[in-house]
Amino acid sequence: MTDTAQTSDMQSRNLRVGLITAMIGLGMLGLGYAAVPLYEIFCRVTGFGGTTQVVDAAQAETVQIANADMSVRFDSNVSSALPWDFEPETTTDKISIGARDMAIYIAKNRSDQPITGTATFNVTPVQAGKYFNKVQCFCFTEQTLQPGQMARMPVLYFVDPAILEDPDTRDIKEITLSYTFYPVDPDKKGS
Amino acid sequence: MTTIAANPGDMETHADEHHHDDVPPFFQRWFMSTNHKDIGTLYLIFAVVAGIIGGAISGLMRMELAEPGIQYLQGWASMMQGSAATEDQGLHLWNVLITAHGLIMVFFMVMPAMIGGFGNWFVPIMIGAPDMAFPRMNNVSFWLLIPAFVLLLGSTFVPGGTGLGAGTGWTVYAPLSTSGSQGPAVDMAILSLHLAGASSILGAINFITTIFNMRAPGMTINKMPLFVWSVLVTAFLLLLALPVLAAAITMLLTDRNFQTAFFDAAGGGDPVLYQHLFWFFGHPEVYIMILPGFGMVSHIIATFSKKPVFGYLGMAYAMVAIGVVGFIVWAHHMFTVGLSVNLKMYFTAATMVIAVPTGIKIFSWIATMWGGSLSFKTPMMWAIGFIFMFTVGGVTGVVLANGGIDDAMHDTYYVVAHFHYVLSLGAVFSMFAGFYYWFPKMCGRMYNELLGHVHFWIFFIGVNVLFFPMHFLGVQGMPRRYADYPDQFAYWNEIASYGYAIMGIGMLVFFANIGYSLFAGRRAEGNYWGEGATTLEWTLSSPPPFHQFETLPHIK
Repeated sequence: MTDTAQTSDMQSRNLRVGLITAMIGLGMLGLGYAAVPLYEIFCRVTGFGGTTQVVDAAQAETVQIANADMSVRFDSNVSSALPWDFEPETTTDKISIGARDMAIYIAKNRSDQPITGTATFNVTPVQAGKYFNKVQCFCFTEQTLQPGQMARMPVLYFVDPAILEDPDTRDIKEITLSYTFYPVDPDKKGS
Repeated sequence: MTTIAANPGDMETHADEHHHDDVPPFFQRWFMSTNHKDIGTLYLIFAVVAGIIGGAISGLMRMELAEPGIQYLQGWASMMQGSAATEDQGLHLWNVLITAHGLIMVFFMVMPAMIGGFGNWFVPIMIGAPDMAFPRMNNVSFWLLIPAFVLLLGSTFVPGGTGLGAGTGWTVYAPLSTSGSQGPAVDMAILSLHLAGASSILGAINFITTIFNMRAPGMTINKMPLFVWSVLVTAFLLLLALPVLAAAITMLLTDRNFQTAFFDAAGGGDPVLYQHLFWFFGHPEVYIMILPGFGMVSHIIATFSKKPVFGYLGMAYAMVAIGVVGFIVWAHHMFTVGLSVNLKMYFTAATMVIAVPTGIKIFSWIATMWGGSLSFKTPMMWAIGFIFMFTVGGVTGVVLANGGIDDAMHDTYYVVAHFHYVLSLGAVFSMFAGFYYWFPKMCGRMYNELLGHVHFWIFFIGVNVLFFPMHFLGVQGMPRRYADYPDQFAYWNEIASYGYAIMGIGMLVFFANIGYSLFAGRRAEGNYWGEGATTLEWTLSSPPPFHQFETLPHIK
């Protein structure tokens, strides 16, 4: 083999390895972005970080009521950018595990213009997330309040009796359900 | 540059020197360079400049922390903005200082010196290659760093929220870095990271290709010098980790400027996701900073023990193991974000596993010295200093790896002490070791042995006085990232600030030594360390010819 043939052979081998490694780099960049939806799915499926579950009314009918109580506390927060009052009607409730219960939050628009808000939510202890089921919730949709309007916002929920069988959660006696209301920025897109 | 002719080196290389004396003129040589040794030199000079700036910033920090209360910050902030600064703007300057110190030391000092500097200089030589695989891309890698550094330094002079500059910490956590920092400073800092990251990814591609394809005949993977192994593992870590950082900070950028909500809870995002992405990069990053140091220290210990390194294969694959495990321990940086007990158990255990390959390395270095014919030249002093410092930092790392203990220690000065022992002292000691080891090889003149020892001892005492008390402060609960502290912490903070001054004197000795060596140092022969130095760079003259290995060496 001549010298130039050797050089061009080397160059094409270098180019191949270089391109493969560049593809690996681009692949990792893609994985970085893929982490966003994957993380969301992961949280929703596993109840990670206290993410609550959503069930429809028909499924909720089939749940057996267990012979044990759970205390539920209701917490409310409002973003400083949202001129609303937002509080639970009662701060605690005692329910039977498996029984559906309705909690009411009361929101009031203190400003003089209509505002749309949306609420984020989770429960603590965070391990209880996958057993905390919501049938209906004001947090599923955006809420619009007219100037000065006051609204009662219901949550229909139950605690899955399976919580009593999980060694990580069977000692839990009290779950705190927390909401934070944010203004909906019409320009912002969810991820 | 005709020093080569004046310094023939050994006979082999002498023969093909004459027709390689055609060194390009100054501008072409240094600004359009495609020569791995020149680019390595540029990287090293860049790292020294960045290190001086980053080190000076930590001097400002130790000055402010020397006694309780806020003494200087407001004045400095006023100076920077040219008008009277409020107290909050003074405190914002503190955040800017810690951010700049961290980013400069990580991205513009340690990485350019280790990978760009020593890696460029010695990886091709050690594997018997004439140059890097993509010499022009090598040039692009270096010159991307300059605008990156300018952007970061420039960000200090534009609004960044409360005051001038980006005050987000090197981690750039959302929401502080998104809704919490209005103004262009954080955008500039993020773009700076993009450029520095692109530079490193290109460098990584270059190193991987060079090491896979351009080894001299007979240089099989399992015969490569350990420094080459360390750079290969580092390059893979860079290639896999940095794009994730690029994705995360690009999301920050669009959250800040284009109304996305990746990390904004109001729009359905989650700031904790940013932490996961950041640390998926951030933990491999700490190994990126230390692995080339492992490689250099292995050579130095072997050279000055006049023995081959103990357990070569174990040493090489320990680095591979550290690299692999480094990707699955990231959440130990975020034990306090609300992980479940099971996750904490996993990340605790996985983190502790890293102590095994690291222990293999530490003990193999000691075993290399054991029964060796030791000579305590300056590089050897720094290498032993490295082992000492890195072990102290490793032990506190095992403490912090415990999720339960970390609940109490998180974000205290104990953590600051830990990562400065492994990085500021571990990585920096290994860089000084490598610098003294190879400086005569790179410039052709010996450094001064006495000044080297004086530098070592002053620096060693200085940094221990500086960082060891931080363990006490951390255990007592002093949080990091604050400009002020209660009086109870005054004693050890004052001592730490004295330690900084001692270290600073050591650095003056270092620069005096460089100046002395460049102008008055004894000429260095090809292999000035003698029989212990066995890798290919020692078969060349000092400095090596502009182009080496025109005929490839054969490795038996």
